[in-house]
Amino acid sequence: MTEPVLSARGLSKRFGPVQALDGVDIDVRAGEVLALVGDNGAGKSTLIKLISGIYSVDSGEFSFEGRPVKIGGPASATELGIATVYQDLALCDNLDVVANLFLGQEEIVTGPSSAFRALDEIEMERRSHQLLRQLSVTIPSVRSEVGTLSGGQRQQVAVARSLLGEPQVVMLDEPTAALGVVQTKQVLDLIGRLRERDLGVIVISHNLANVFEVADRIFVLRLGRKAGLFEKSKVSEEQVVGAITGADTAEQERQP
Amino acid sequence: MKVGAPDVAAPETAPAESTSARDLFRRFLQGDLASLRVILAIALIWIIFDLQNERFLSASNLTNLFLQITAVGLIAVGVVMVLLIGEIDLSVGAVSGLAAAVMAVVNVKHGWAPVPAIALGVLTGAAIGLLQGLLFTRFRIPSFVVTLAGLLTWQGALLLVLGKTGTVNLTNSGITDLANTFYGPVVGWIFAAAAITAFALVTLGGHRRRLAAGVTTEPAPLLIARIVAVAVVVIIAVAILNSDRGLPLALLILLAFVIGFQALTTRTVFGRHLFAVGGSAEAARRAGIGVDRIRVIAFILCSSMAAVGGILAASRLLAVNQSSGGSNLLLEAIAAPVIAGTSLFGGRGSVWSALLGATVIGSISNGMNLLALESSVKFMITGGVLLLAVIVDAVARSRRQAEGRV
Repeated sequence: MTEPVLSARGLSKRFGPVQALDGVDIDVRAGEVLALVGDNGAGKSTLIKLISGIYSVDSGEFSFEGRPVKIGGPASATELGIATVYQDLALCDNLDVVANLFLGQEEIVTGPSSAFRALDEIEMERRSHQLLRQLSVTIPSVRSEVGTLSGGQRQQVAVARSLLGEPQVVMLDEPTAALGVVQTKQVLDLIGRLRERDLGVIVISHNLANVFEVADRIFVLRLGRKAGLFEKSKVSEEQVVGAITGADTAEQERQP
Repeated sequence: MKVGAPDVAAPETAPAESTSARDLFRRFLQGDLASLRVILAIALIWIIFDLQNERFLSASNLTNLFLQITAVGLIAVGVVMVLLIGEIDLSVGAVSGLAAAVMAVVNVKHGWAPVPAIALGVLTGAAIGLLQGLLFTRFRIPSFVVTLAGLLTWQGALLLVLGKTGTVNLTNSGITDLANTFYGPVVGWIFAAAAITAFALVTLGGHRRRLAAGVTTEPAPLLIARIVAVAVVVIIAVAILNSDRGLPLALLILLAFVIGFQALTTRTVFGRHLFAVGGSAEAARRAGIGVDRIRVIAFILCSSMAAVGGILAASRLLAVNQSSGGSNLLLEAIAAPVIAGTSLFGGRGSVWSALLGATVIGSISNGMNLLALESSVKFMITGGVLLLAVIVDAVARSRRQAEGRV
């Protein structure tokens, strides 16, 4: 097995009386999709937010590409190469696809007009085409207003945007929630292409059918603790459900 | 585990660059046609008033009309900045009066030269914008409340600055020339030629560069049509102005600010962030944009433009008095961009709308004065037009929401 690109040991986080996470170890490797599943309140979102620097850890350590690192905030996670796509996508509906892709990291024209921080629309549009083509994202036009796009297309734009910073790890929070069948397929295909780009992908999902379609390994959280880690090819949906609900405690220690 | 190469060839099923005709048509509807709608409304208003009184479309009255809209237009340009971030500034009228009073007092009573006096007036506006922007962002008080308090405060400050006499007459030509200078026909036509050439070069140059880079561009016929339309409007306007007193400096000042702010909002990183904050402040914040910084700058620009408008108004009136910046000025400056398609809800609109909307409002007010209507009727008609504009905005917004676009 390849060396994990990101690994975390003993992650714990407490919110007042609630122990949201309790000593969780997690690894993600380059070129794999790791699905993060668990019931509501199992700690999935907390885990993602610890890795993306939105919450600070109470205890626990991270290492990135084998080096021990500290994640001090969202900016330091981004700098390491960890990108996160949240469920609410955080897109500006009144701006077009290009403007959304480059929001906050716009290309600026070189030369005399750089003093005014003039936008280099041509370069941004060219790079948008390139990126979306690589990802086989289908949208009417890169100049479409994002508000006019379907849920699946918006999700794809959000994922594409996270790739502009050339991250090594991408985390997706419920990317297929509220999507139709065709759109879900598009997003799952896109996740597959992230794997082909050798990225480490962590996907939170409630939908086990989707998880089994796209994931390489399945990490189950229950009540803030690791309740199992399965190779997809060696596990049945019933076993995963058992781990999620805690019905099948015998499966808990099963490791790949 | 399956590990692919980083540069796996993408499937050939990605027509990401194909711009659908429907999309282009939609952009045309939102862009040119929205402006066209307002221009048609202006034409309709002009025809109606001209049928009532044939002096309405005389060169002399149209020149007056242009002069009448400069102050409102300049203030409205600033108002667009705060409307784009989804906020409002109710203090622009009072700020325009106060800034003009500051300029007038230091010029007339303290003997300052025109340029530093004008600069101090504009700086007064900028400082007020900074203060209101900081109050709004630091204490999370709705901009409506901050600027409503500002309206009263700056009105009080206006009375204080003017002192007991209550009126300061402007005599220094450096200030009064701003609104009372007219250029002869030669300058007018040189301006027309330069403006049309510059517009054509910028439009076609951008088109050529986009074609060369292989990215989307609007169809050439649409661009040519736009250039021809601009050329026709400029030539007719200059011809009318030349047959009266000539090309007014005040109009050039207004156009310079409109073009400058149009470029700022559509072609710079700041402008992009302005729209982003208005569209979704949360998305902008997560993209690493300093949302509060953008908001404070928007308020500074708004109050500064209010000051510029107030100075032009004072120059035209040849005085600053206790009613400077009062009356309908505030409402007209906010209504102007909204009438011409800038949303009160943020994230949608343009600086052009300030100019177009000011023309609509100015035409109605000028025409009603020409017909010597009763004040009662004028107030009610103006109120009705403003209400209609806001209803159109609200309907457009709910239609966008119905289409799934917020």
